[in-house]
Amino acid sequence: MIDERFAKGVSWIHQLDPRLKVIITVLMAVVIATGNNLVMLTQALILALLLLLSAGLDFRLVLKRILIINFFIFFIWFMLPFTYGGTTLFQLGPLTASREGVFYALRITLRSNAVMLIIITLIATSTISALMHALRYLYLPEKLVYLLFLIYRYLHVLGREFKKLNNSILLRGFKSRTGIHSYKTYAYLIGMLFIKSYERSQRVYEAMLCRGFKGKFYIMDDFAVSFYDYIFLITGLLAVAWFILLEKGVVF
Amino acid sequence: MHISEGVLSVPVLASGIALTAAGVTIGLKKMKDQDIPKIAVVSSALFIASLIHIPLGPTSVHLILNGVGGILLGWQIFPSYLLILLLQAILLQYGGLTVLGVNTIIFALPGLISWLLFKTTAGKSEKLDGIMAFICGSLAVLLSGILLAFSLMLTGESWLEVAKLALLAHLPVMVIEGIVSYFCLLFIKKVKPELLGGM
Repeated sequence: MIDERFAKGVSWIHQLDPRLKVIITVLMAVVIATGNNLVMLTQALILALLLLLSAGLDFRLVLKRILIINFFIFFIWFMLPFTYGGTTLFQLGPLTASREGVFYALRITLRSNAVMLIIITLIATSTISALMHALRYLYLPEKLVYLLFLIYRYLHVLGREFKKLNNSILLRGFKSRTGIHSYKTYAYLIGMLFIKSYERSQRVYEAMLCRGFKGKFYIMDDFAVSFYDYIFLITGLLAVAWFILLEKGVVF
Repeated sequence: MHISEGVLSVPVLASGIALTAAGVTIGLKKMKDQDIPKIAVVSSALFIASLIHIPLGPTSVHLILNGVGGILLGWQIFPSYLLILLLQAILLQYGGLTVLGVNTIIFALPGLISWLLFKTTAGKSEKLDGIMAFICGSLAVLLSGILLAFSLMLTGESWLEVAKLALLAHLPVMVIEGIVSYFCLLFIKKVKPELLGGM
């Protein structure tokens, strides 16, 4: 149900230091998501697409994810041009679409897609375990990292548990319908999921205590910043600076 | 429903991050080491529950259960949702990074309010607990809808219609969440009351 599909790969992006990838992604996301300049946003999207291509990811899966992201975007194209106000572009019955509204919707589309593509290529190409270590290096509170580690671990356990419970209700002839009986069954299923995994977590915690666990999250990955990482970092920072210049209207 | 990347205005994003930081800090302060496995399990269950589609007439909706989550976790609902949403952004590309703050508030704050509300009458009687579970479950979804609509409206006047539709879409989910929360909490209370903590 939940797997790191994009993390399996051998491209140069997969081999970059996750700490640098996190830093560059956050900077890019902030600059792009708050930007208004159409030239900057278009260039950002092109950069994101180039990165995506060079990461060599499963094309169909990427397409599927992009479709999900654009579901909401698709919906706003039917609303915003008509509610934004400004100079009239065309009329549709009683509704007036404005030029500014169309540009506004376009900006949102560019921003959203560019940032999400960068997240896919730079973040989702690292394993969660590597990202957790990277976040610890970047001073995320220890408890938060430890919690993230456990949540991710239990996602798989609970995913399997859910499948088991779901199969067992299906074997007993459960058909999912609109009605109290269905809702009640789902409620009990989720309740059971909570309880079963709670008991398991207690056992695991006791086992960890027995092995001397002190609530510390030790860093096991030894990241090493290579020559290529420096090139990536410098290029990334230059790209961010370029986007800021474009946004501020210093160039063009 | 998660707000996508690049939709909200800068002040809205910034306030979301500030509020989330405050909530997470309080949550982490109150977090004891032995609570962490429980928080992790409840968070994962919330993640899994959000992938379950429940039929509603011709379509289906997915569960949120932030009311139940809040009642089980209290203040820890903030770190919990922050990490759930971070994982969803990385693994499934739902939501995003800059909207992490706003999205966390949208889900976690109603959860916290449900908890505060549920606490006032918890354990007085079976019937009352059931009614409160229904109210808290549906209230949490309603509040999430309102917060979502509110953050869109703060971004710009042109979002008013979208915000109205988004809020409207939460109303049927509200009823389902209320029913599921009712059965779910009574079930947990019967089978494993320790999960509800001191209640």
